[in-house]
Parts: sequence; structure tokens; C-alpha cells
Amino acid sequence: MDDILCESRTVNKTLAIINTSGLIYTYPGGREPSLVDVSLTIEKGDYVILTGPSGCGKTTLCRCLNGLIPHFYSGKLEGEIKVASLTVSEHSIYELAKHVGLVFQNPENQLFALSVEKDVAFGLENLGVPREDMRARVDWALQMTGIYDLRERAPHELSGGQQQRVAIACVLAMKPDIMVLDEPTSFLDPLGAQKIFEVIGDLNKKLGITVILVEHRLDLASKYANHVIVMDEGKVVLDGKPLDVFDSESARLIGVGIPKATRLYQALRQSGVYLNRVPVNSQEATLLLQEVLTRDRG
Amino acid sequence: MIEVKDVYFTYPNNVEALKGVSLNIRKGDFVAIMGQNGAGKTTLVKHFNGLLKPTKGTVTVNGVDTREESVAKLSRGIGFVFQNPDNQLFCETVEEEVAFALRNFGFEDKIIQKRVEWAINLLGLAKHRQSSPFMLSGGERKRVALASVLAWNPDVVILDEPTIGQDYQQKEKLRQFIVQLNAQGKTVVVVTHDVEFVAECNPRVVLMAQGEIVVDGDAKHVLTNAKLVTEASIVPPQISQIFMGLTDLGLPFDIIDVYEARDILLDFLGGDL
Amino acid sequence: MSVFEGFRFRRVLSPIHQLDPRVKFLYVCAVFGIAVMFNQLLPLILLFLIQLPFVLAAGVQKEWIRSMKGASFLALMIFLFNFLFTYFYREYPIFPPSSSLLEYSLAMTLRFIVLVESFSIFFLTTSPDRLGLALEQSHVPYEFCFAFTTAVRFVPVLAEEAQTIMDAQKARGLELERGNFIKRIRNYIPILIPLIVSAIRRSLELAEAMESRAWGATNKRTNLYVLKIERGDYILAVISVGMLILAVYIWLFMREQIPSLIPLITAQNV
Repeated sequence: MDDILCESRTVNKTLAIINTSGLIYTYPGGREPSLVDVSLTIEKGDYVILTGPSGCGKTTLCRCLNGLIPHFYSGKLEGEIKVASLTVSEHSIYELAKHVGLVFQNPENQLFALSVEKDVAFGLENLGVPREDMRARVDWALQMTGIYDLRERAPHELSGGQQQRVAIACVLAMKPDIMVLDEPTSFLDPLGAQKIFEVIGDLNKKLGITVILVEHRLDLASKYANHVIVMDEGKVVLDGKPLDVFDSESARLIGVGIPKATRLYQALRQSGVYLNRVPVNSQEATLLLQEVLTRDRG
Repeated sequence: MIEVKDVYFTYPNNVEALKGVSLNIRKGDFVAIMGQNGAGKTTLVKHFNGLLKPTKGTVTVNGVDTREESVAKLSRGIGFVFQNPDNQLFCETVEEEVAFALRNFGFEDKIIQKRVEWAINLLGLAKHRQSSPFMLSGGERKRVALASVLAWNPDVVILDEPTIGQDYQQKEKLRQFIVQLNAQGKTVVVVTHDVEFVAECNPRVVLMAQGEIVVDGDAKHVLTNAKLVTEASIVPPQISQIFMGLTDLGLPFDIIDVYEARDILLDFLGGDL
Repeated sequence: MSVFEGFRFRRVLSPIHQLDPRVKFLYVCAVFGIAVMFNQLLPLILLFLIQLPFVLAAGVQKEWIRSMKGASFLALMIFLFNFLFTYFYREYPIFPPSSSLLEYSLAMTLRFIVLVESFSIFFLTTSPDRLGLALEQSHVPYEFCFAFTTAVRFVPVLAEEAQTIMDAQKARGLELERGNFIKRIRNYIPILIPLIVSAIRRSLELAEAMESRAWGATNKRTNLYVLKIERGDYILAVISVGMLILAVYIWLFMREQIPSLIPLITAQNV
């Protein structure tokens, strides 16, 4: 555990929208807990990247955030978890759904209607929202995700990237405060993935939605984030600002896919060349390199 | 070894997936077929073992036209590892799973035993040999699928999107494994849109877009060519993105490897100091 | 996967497609009732012809012809069975077969064709989406309507998946067409198991996604769409009811006067 990193992050309790302490969870029939003493604080408006090797408990943590754990999965949950000032274990999934939207990895298995707009309306229908309101909110969600033109198409006719945007619109229509996305791009090609990251970035910036993005492809995702959490074997091992986390030695040891820009920075540092800051994406790296290269030349 | 000559392919629903593709894969080649989803990559490789037959044009494998041979016969020489291991795993134990193809191909029991042993050890599955494939993790299932193909020792191994759903460490292991296979003389064809993965493997790259081959060349030249990369709608690797922004300092732009990048930058600085 | 193409409803806009499924269903019921009422050839021919304008107006001729072709083998069987059974069991030993026997068998066949015709018009012009909606608004429990639309949604997905699995196993040397009958059935095990496992996994993921989108939050579920009865629907409803009343009237009072066709035709020829 990098203690310095965790402490360097000043926690402002009043702004915290997600707060867990000492979270321990074991799946029914599981021998070992999938989450071990997870304590973290996420502030309102944060864009969090949650990463770590497969099977480290990322997905399990996501399920805790909207109440799938413990309500849908049962199993043994200890510790405290509060989301949007609701204690998860005391509120049903549908109450939490109004505050937390969960987008899954496989776009195909989370769309079940025969037209896009009907799918987007599904959650609102369940909540009993009056038709006029529903129409307006569905159209708004479709426009925010840039798929208004596809509203009458059948989901299975769309590309994976479009399907995933529909899935985002589906939870967006419920106007959540928090959006949790569990590896939403792992079936998409880079361009489709980039589009998804842009949409998510917009939701965070323009609407102030708190985003928690589970992702392996840090190269593409890191430029939007202001908070990175790394998990391993059910524990939170790193928690802090992107540049601190990516530059820490333990990130590399756990085998997180550190962005190449940061790797280049590290390689240069070993050889005695220091850039002014730690770059986490290629644009930053280019600028920082230009500074150093032209300065040394001058 | 595999010769694709002016192949067109149209699916029954009238989608034209390949429009005049010609390609030559030689023994011992390491080829990455890249492009956006829907560019025709998977359609193309499904022609190699006869799962699809060209609507027009010919595909010959070791001099035999794929139209005249069954998929099972062609598969003896060409192993195809599908994207999703769950689409093929069905046996009660990992051992059975790996032996399945060997039985289909009519190997003798003794040889089957030996081959299963070999493949299971090759992919580090020894402690799971009696486990049910369904109880394993995603990465392990992928390895079982790979073992079940390598077991019959095909000359060519095709991997369809091997990196999808894999984390960084798993990808790294897979990359080392593939490179090693190729070094031992196996012809390897990887279908992928994972640019960083390809950048680290440095194979021959065939870039596809809309059912046609845009370019066929080595990774370093293809992935750093901004024009070609845009045409195929893929994103260049991060290192080459960085260097594309530094060209006015007189630095080369065709760099994809971190350490090569470092050396060039050090050289540049050193030369000036 | 041509077999599954038929499940895919093509989105076409036509006055017939716009009609309320409930009214269309009323029409199908009316046709069904009339067809069962009569066993004479003439009214059934009329019933057959009356429906053709619907097919043309909906612009589904191609699909319609395909479904009629599909029914033709069964129609032929019905004709043969009717003809042979009635011949051997009732009219024996009268020789040669009377014209009424031929007409009766033809009428039975046509009755079947008329039923297929009206059902195929219904399904070819009603999107599963609207059908689900109609079920919902007819107070069918929502769980059932949801199951229906979800099933329709996933048929093409599963068909595609079955194809991929088949490809994957063929690439491992599985030959589906090899061996005797039992062996051939066993050949399908490597395809069925992954398909079932993935269907189960899929349904779990679906359940999770549904839960996350407030499934079951309230009993007063609302709906994005609503079916409204419009002018066209009233017209079709009037036509259906009118046809039914007329048919009942004829059946009650004029049944005996319906001329049989074959003597009519042969008489003219002489």
C-alpha cells in the first residue's frame, strides 16, 4: 500500500458522494472474500478510473455501488457503504437506480427492447414516469449520447459502439448522480472506444455526473480522469491522482497497463532526463518533450 | 503457404464483406490483420480454413483450393482460436477439452495422451487438468482454448481478437507466448484492433478497411503512417502519436517502441549538449 | 441463417402496418369464425379473395407468397386425406367419386389456406414491438409481454451464436455429417452445451441489467408508446363485424341455397 499516495489526497467529507469503510464481501458459496477491507471516498463530480488485474474485485465493487450486492447476489457483506447519502444495504436496487446508473461490459446483454427509444425508456417506465416527461427525458438522453437518429432502429442492427451508447443513454435517462461503467469498451475497436470515452467525458464535464470507469485501456481513458483507484486481490492498493498512481513503482509491479507516455517519462528519468511533469497521455508528453528539447537546444 | 487471390465474399444477407483481397502468407510469417470492427478481418481469416468459401476468386492452402477440401481436413494444418473461448468449451475436464480435436482427427490413444500432456504444460494448465473448464477464470479459459488447438500441432495458428477482455498482464503473457511460437517456426496470424499490442509484437501488418486491404507492410511503417491509419479508422500507438508532434524538431516519426524512443531522444539531447 | 430470417420483422410503412394489432386480431378472429362456419367451396373462395387487397396494400406480397408456399405441402396433405378418408369411409361403394366429394375436399383445403392467409397477414404486418404493446394494453401481465419481446429480440442473436459455435467446433475437426443416425445426434453435443451455457450466462446478465434499471419499482408501470384507435382501425373493425354478421345471416337462413360449384361449372360446359 502506498501510504503517501492515500494521505496526499485530502478528503472532504461534505462533498463525498460515495463512501465505503471496511467493506468485506464474500459471494454465496465463495471460500475467500472478493472484497477485503475496501475503504474509499469519491467526491461529487469526480471522474474515477478503477483498474487492476482480472479478478481483483473491480466488478464486485461496482455491484456494491448500486445494490446488486447484497440484494441480487446475497452473500455476506460487512462494513459500511453509503452512496448518494443512502446506505446501500437498507435501500432497494430500484431506489438506488435513481441515483446510480450501471453500464455493463457486454452491450448485447443489457438491451432488451426491439427499438432503441423503447430501451432507453425502460427504466422510466418501471419507475412509472408520466408519458410526457418520459418522452422529453428519452429524447434528451438520446441527444446527449449522440444517437437521436438511431432512436427507431433495433438494437441488434447497431454496431457495438452504438449499442454501448444506447446502454449509456438508458441509464442517463434516469438522471443519475453517479454513473458506473464496467469495462464498457472491452468489445469495441479503438475508435468506437474513443467515442464512448468522449461521451462519458461530456457527461462528467457538462452535467457534473460523477463517473466511475472500470478500464484496462489506460492509454485511451486516462486523459479524462482526475482520480485513479487500483485494486489487487480484493484490496485497494493505490488511490490518488492519475500521475501519482501511474508513476508509482507498485502500479508497474501489479501489472497495470501504464500509459506508454508515462513509461517513456520513466525511461527518460532513469537515464537522467527529467520532464517537468508526469505525462499521462500523448498530447501532454509531446508538449513536455518539446519544452525540454527546445530548452536544451537554446 | 496460404495464397488469397482476388477474393470477393458476400454474406447471404447481401453484405459485401470482402472486395477483391489478395494476400500471400509464407511459412514462418507473423502477420497481424488489423482494422476497425466490420472491416472484414474475421471474414478473411475464416477463408483460410474453409469455414467460408470465396464468392469469387480463390484461396489455396499448400496448393490446394479450399473449395475442394472439408473444413476438418484443412483444420489439420490450420488451427483457428476463436475470440470467445465460451463458444467452444463443452467438456467436463480440461484434459478432455484438449483431447477433443485429437480424437476428431483420429490420432491414436497413446499419441493423444502425449499431446494433451504437452499442450497442457505448454500453457501452464497442469494444476487445472481435472477442473471443469467452466469453473476457470476468463484468462484461463482462453488458455484452455489455445491449448486445445495447439495440441494437434498445426502449421499455422490463427488467433481472432486474442486480447479482447484480457488485462495488461494477460496480454503481456500472451504476447510473449505468441512471439515464442513464431520463433519456433510456426506461422502465426493474429486478427486484432489492439494497436499497442501490435506495436509491442512488431509483426507484418495487413491493414484492412471496408473489405479491402489498405496496406501490407511492417508494423513500424504501417502504424506510423498517419494517412493510412486514418483511412483504416484506427488510432496510432501512443509513442508514435508523441513523435508525430515532434517532427518539426527534426526527429523521425516512425517510432513505436518506448526504449527506441528513449534512445532517440537521448541521442538528440546528447548531440546538442 | 435463412431459417431465422422469417422471424425478423421488416419495418415497412403501410396503412395496414399502422393498424392497431388488437383490431387486426379481431379481423383474424372474424375470418377464422367464418371459415369454420362454412364447408362449401363458394364462400371460402370469396373469403380467400377478400383478403388479397390487404396483402397488396401492405406491400408484403413476396413474404406472403413465401408463407403460402410453405403451407402448400400441408394443404396438399389435407386435400388427400380428406378425399381418401371420406371416399373410403362414407361413399364406399359408390363409384366413381362424386363431384361433391371433390368439392368437399377442396373446401376443406381452402379453409386451411384461408386460415394461414389471415394469420400470415397478421404476423407479416404487425411488428413484435406493437404486438407486445397490444398485449400490454390488453391487460396481459407485463412479465409475459416482456418475455415475449425479449424472446423475439434474442432469436437472431442466438442464431448467430449457434453459427459461431458450429464454426469453432468445425475448426476443431468436428464433422457434423459423419456417422450413423445416433452418432450424428451426438455430434451436436459440442454445439448444444456451449449454446446452453451461454444462454444461461446471458440471462443472468440480462437480469442484472433489468434490476439496475429499476425493474419492479412500481405496480403502475407507464409506457412510452400508447396505441390509439384511429379511423382506419374503426373501418377495419366495422368490416370485420359486418362480414361476421353477414356470414351468420347466410349461415342461418340461406345455408341450403349456396350453390355447389362443380356441377355449376360442368353444367355450363355442357
